[in-house]
Amino acid sequence: MNWSRTLTVTRTDLKQLIQAKDFWVPMVILGTIFFAVVPLALLLTVTRVGDVEIIAQVSSALDALPDAAKDQIQGKSPEAQTAYALAVFLFAPVAVIVPLTISTAVGAATIVGERERGTGEFLAHSPASAREIYIGKLIASLIPGYVTTAVGFGVYSLIVNLVVGPEVGGWFFPTAQWWLMILWVLPPFLAICLSLVLRLSAKVKSTAAAQQASGLVALPLIMMAYSQSTGVLFGASYMPYVVGAVAWAIALFSLHRGVRSVTRQRLLGVSSV
Amino acid sequence: MAEELTIDVSGVSQWFGDVQALTNLTIQVPTGSITVLLGPNGAGKTTAIRLVTGALSPGQGSTRVFGLDPDSAEGEEVRRRCGVVSAKPSLYDRLNGWDNLRYAAALYGLGHKADARIKEASAHFGIDAALDQQVGGYSTGMKTRLALARSILHQPDLLLLDEPTSGLDPESAVAVLELIRQMTGDGRTVLLCTHLLLEAEGLADQIVVMQHGTNLLSGTASELTKEYFPRQQLRLSAVRPEDLDILAGQAGVLSYERSNDTAMVEIESLDQVPALVSSLVRREIDITSVVPVIPTLEDLYFAVRRGQIIAADEMPPPPQATGRPVRRPSVAHVAK
Repeated sequence: MNWSRTLTVTRTDLKQLIQAKDFWVPMVILGTIFFAVVPLALLLTVTRVGDVEIIAQVSSALDALPDAAKDQIQGKSPEAQTAYALAVFLFAPVAVIVPLTISTAVGAATIVGERERGTGEFLAHSPASAREIYIGKLIASLIPGYVTTAVGFGVYSLIVNLVVGPEVGGWFFPTAQWWLMILWVLPPFLAICLSLVLRLSAKVKSTAAAQQASGLVALPLIMMAYSQSTGVLFGASYMPYVVGAVAWAIALFSLHRGVRSVTRQRLLGVSSV
Repeated sequence: MAEELTIDVSGVSQWFGDVQALTNLTIQVPTGSITVLLGPNGAGKTTAIRLVTGALSPGQGSTRVFGLDPDSAEGEEVRRRCGVVSAKPSLYDRLNGWDNLRYAAALYGLGHKADARIKEASAHFGIDAALDQQVGGYSTGMKTRLALARSILHQPDLLLLDEPTSGLDPESAVAVLELIRQMTGDGRTVLLCTHLLLEAEGLADQIVVMQHGTNLLSGTASELTKEYFPRQQLRLSAVRPEDLDILAGQAGVLSYERSNDTAMVEIESLDQVPALVSSLVRREIDITSVVPVIPTLEDLYFAVRRGQIIAADEMPPPPQATGRPVRRPSVAHVAK
């Protein structure tokens, strides 16, 4: 396998994505809403406005948390504890939904898009192997979602530390569980999702069909990733490592199988018998 | 010694679902030659090109290119040595010209030579000034020129051109045809698909006429012309056209036909023309023109198609050149 060619495919796909403002502007807005606007509004409401009703509601919800999670909550006042719990435990969906949504949208169009634009013909006649094209496109689909998450995660960490930090005695975020979730649990779920989405993209006849089918595939994975991430954050001792390892194994198997879905004939949009 | 072949397609059949796209297709393309695949839309020309690069796997039969099997691990080597211009330019509209060409340069492994080659190739097709523009804003002709520049970036040994001049203005089309000539001069091989007879005229070393996914016939232009037009034709006119009727019974004249002021004569060979003209002069006939009618590729093509139709009806084909007194290069003249 020629990695130079693979990364060339990746770079070119990303360049096209950067040129497509109609695609990335909504994605940036999505990331901003999930990572900055909603957390900032909620945390400010809890810590600065001191809305007693909201605090009471969230505090009662915190009672439902596992003991391991409850033990981690910092802060002396109810406002501080509520804000800490919100920041650490209840925003896990943010880190899962955003990358999976963005990468699914990118991945769904990547192969069928080549076919629709007619550029699949160029790739089919090129020396790049189907494996190189597949992996190049996989990386190109993965990067936007993961980069958005990384940037969003940084912004989210800053907001949490600036808003909640003073209430709990200093900067505390990201916690060890968040690192574990971002670096160990989330990536394999992203890879599983993309391996399925790229397979769909190679097989369906139009981008619209790819996006619809990808949504169906991505939704259960998002729910699964969300539940596993929540478990990680709630502090089960060894489970995050096991869940991550199993997810990685499934991801690698799924990626390996996914290579077969990209063929030159599919890039051309013809099917031989 | 046998002629070295760059492409050797033998008995290839191809199906797309229930549709048979190729039927026992056999094409042999000698190294350093220009072979023109001629045929109507849907004849299988594009499918043939796709087989050559290994983009499609043959359903039946074998394909060898540079002595390698493009539908195997050797395919990468085959594709690396091929330059392809597909019927649609196949360019990335969101990227500019530079990025499109750099993408190809990187896939073909040009490394540090890339920028120099891009400048050279784009200048060759007169698209260098537009390389900074986004391709989505290019005209059809500009896109075709960029696609052509991309196809020669890596200096391929085999150039596969599928309708390369479609959408081009006449000046650019001539430049493309000139490039094709130059490439074979460098020892490279060209396979050109077209349904434009004028495009193939004067260019082809070998013509393959395709129809319904199979090759009806192939050969050099002169071979095919001799086969389909074994007799020479002359078009004569005179001040008093009826005076020419005397040729009807003259020795060496195989057939004579006159309509209005022009007479059409069939003879065995053009060597007979001086004697024929002398006999008319001796009879004090005022000849205004004597023009040998050399069948054009168009005549040839339609004679072949007509022959097929008649053969299907089990009738003997009577090929006849509609023939123009040729102002453009004729197939007979360009044959090497």
